Amino acid sequence: MIEEKFDAIVVGAGPSGNAAAYTMAREGLNVLQIERGEYSGSKNVQGAILYADALEKIIPDFREDAPLERHVIEQRMWMMDDKSHTGAHYRSEDFNEEKPNRYTILRAQFDKWFSSKVREAGALVLFETTVTELVKDLSGQVIGVRTDRQGSPIMANVVILAEGVNGLVGQRSGLRDEVSPDSVALAVKEMHFLPRETIEARFNLTGNEGVVIEAMGTITRGMTGTGFLYTNEESISVGIGCIVSDFAESDVTPNELLEAFKNHPSIKPLLAGSECKEYAAHLIPEGGYRAIPRLTGPGWIVVGDAGQFVNAVHREGSNLAMTTGRVAAETVVALTRKREPMTAAALKDYEKRLEQTFVMKDLKKYQGIPALLHARKGAFFGAYPRLVSQAMQTWFRVDGTDKKSKEQAIYRNFRETRTLWGMLGDAFNLVRAWR
Amino acid sequence: MSNAVTAPRAKVEEKLFQNRYLVDAGRPHIKVRPHDVPSASLLAMITLCPAGCYTTTESGQVEVAADGCLECGTCRIVTRKTGEIEWNYPRGGFGVLYKFG
Ligand SMILES: Cc1cc2nc3c(=O)[nH]c(=O)nc-3n(C[C@H](O)[C@H](O)[C@H](O)COP(=O)(O)OP(=O)(O)OC[C@H]3O[C@@H](n4cnc5c(N)ncnc54)[C@H](O)[C@@H]3O)c2cc1C
Ligand code: SF4
Repeated sequence: MIEEKFDAIVVGAGPSGNAAAYTMAREGLNVLQIERGEYSGSKNVQGAILYADALEKIIPDFREDAPLERHVIEQRMWMMDDKSHTGAHYRSEDFNEEKPNRYTILRAQFDKWFSSKVREAGALVLFETTVTELVKDLSGQVIGVRTDRQGSPIMANVVILAEGVNGLVGQRSGLRDEVSPDSVALAVKEMHFLPRETIEARFNLTGNEGVVIEAMGTITRGMTGTGFLYTNEESISVGIGCIVSDFAESDVTPNELLEAFKNHPSIKPLLAGSECKEYAAHLIPEGGYRAIPRLTGPGWIVVGDAGQFVNAVHREGSNLAMTTGRVAAETVVALTRKREPMTAAALKDYEKRLEQTFVMKDLKKYQGIPALLHARKGAFFGAYPRLVSQAMQTWFRVDGTDKKSKEQAIYRNFRETRTLWGMLGDAFNLVRAWR
Repeated sequence: MSNAVTAPRAKVEEKLFQNRYLVDAGRPHIKVRPHDVPSASLLAMITLCPAGCYTTTESGQVEVAADGCLECGTCRIVTRKTGEIEWNYPRGGFGVLYKFG
């Protein structure tokens, strides 16, 4: 059994935990990381777009050996109704740069790679071990963890909780409340394999160039949610997710929603002939800034999804996870060097440091959006996408109607569906929440 | 509504066959507590569970068979107030094993 006392224990080996463990181990701290899966990544699901910047700040030369699929040169944003999509596409040769900004990855493989770096940096990593509870002393200071392996608790000066969205350890230790069904989305995802030449021809790509599509509209049947389709080297990731409380009120199953999305006339030809090799499901924290729980206390720090660090508007999560993991680790390194005890007051420094990063700035900026989209979901995920599609169709179909009459028809259609005030109100609220 | 499911339904059970699992035989990590009448939240899990783990018995109770569980945690969150489900992670190393994620 492990007798020694560690400088830090990290619970979980996703991007937040790996970033934290790597940063501390590289600085010479004595680090133990505990992961319940057989390997880092075996329990983890993502779209997945990797944002290079956050990783570069931790492992500057990651491009040399990280398992990257394609670098993203084209972003498509689609507003979909049942038979159509209206799209904004942005493709630029600038994205074919020496150090690309965004990549598609497969999390099970990426996490495994990140974990190998953690071990190279000198951390001890225990797999196939689930942390069951935090151990506290009489004063309430967290001094270690218990696991589902037999034996006495393992001790450390500080515990970094990088346990992901479900966050059982923190919840069961009373550090934060249960996640609420209206602040998490349930996403289902499939991996579809195709020869790389087929993917390149279908998406107009050469070499390792990649395309990502984000979609919203009637595909989520009035529920707050989005769909996505990303190109990997020899596969396509396709998935859809909605807020859990919306799903709970609807009678469509997640699998049916994904099947309908895959069979949408705009998506189906992109997947034609592919072979599905995996079906996955995972929660995404989407409550934003207002859902962030308490982040520090005596002997403990929360990072990544466990702290609800996801920017749902921009589909960013793993970069917030890595950044919060790194910043927590830097806080612990600084305190360890000064031989300061890991009191609640001392660890508050993590929150101060986070305020200076894009993580808190972005989450604050968008704090009103999750509630607004949710409150007006019928309009944003039903009426508006339909109206846009009908307007496009009226406009592009050449049928002998004059353009003035077409404009009037489009206007009338909007007015009949939503009052002008209702629409202006939504637009106003959206702009205000965005700023 | 015009957006009824017209797609051919690929059964979720068939999809789960693609996945890799290490089942902890005889030690299910999710249990439904004995009940007479399930709450609306528990009943919702029959359609909501992405792996189709929840079913009803002939006498109207809800059952779970967690072998195909994807460990998303949705059932735990949805029934958090009713306390009808006892939910834990599988023992370390057991459960779903994503190859791609
Ligand atoms: C479908 C989907 C698409 C997404 N797309 C994107 C995207 O394109 N780009 C992006 O940046 N983000 C995306 N995200 C969000 C991103 O995946 C998360 O924000 C990110 O994975 C969070 O990292 P984490 O380390 O905090 O948590 P996780 O990755 O969930 O890692 C937590 C780890 O802790 C382990 N663990 C949990 N409890 C215990 C315990 N008690 N004992 C031991 N180990 C434990 C778990 O097994 C896991 O390995 C997506 C998410 C989903 C679900
Ligand atoms: S955790 Fe998710 S997959 Fe498993 S039984 Fe609950 S809802 Fe279904």
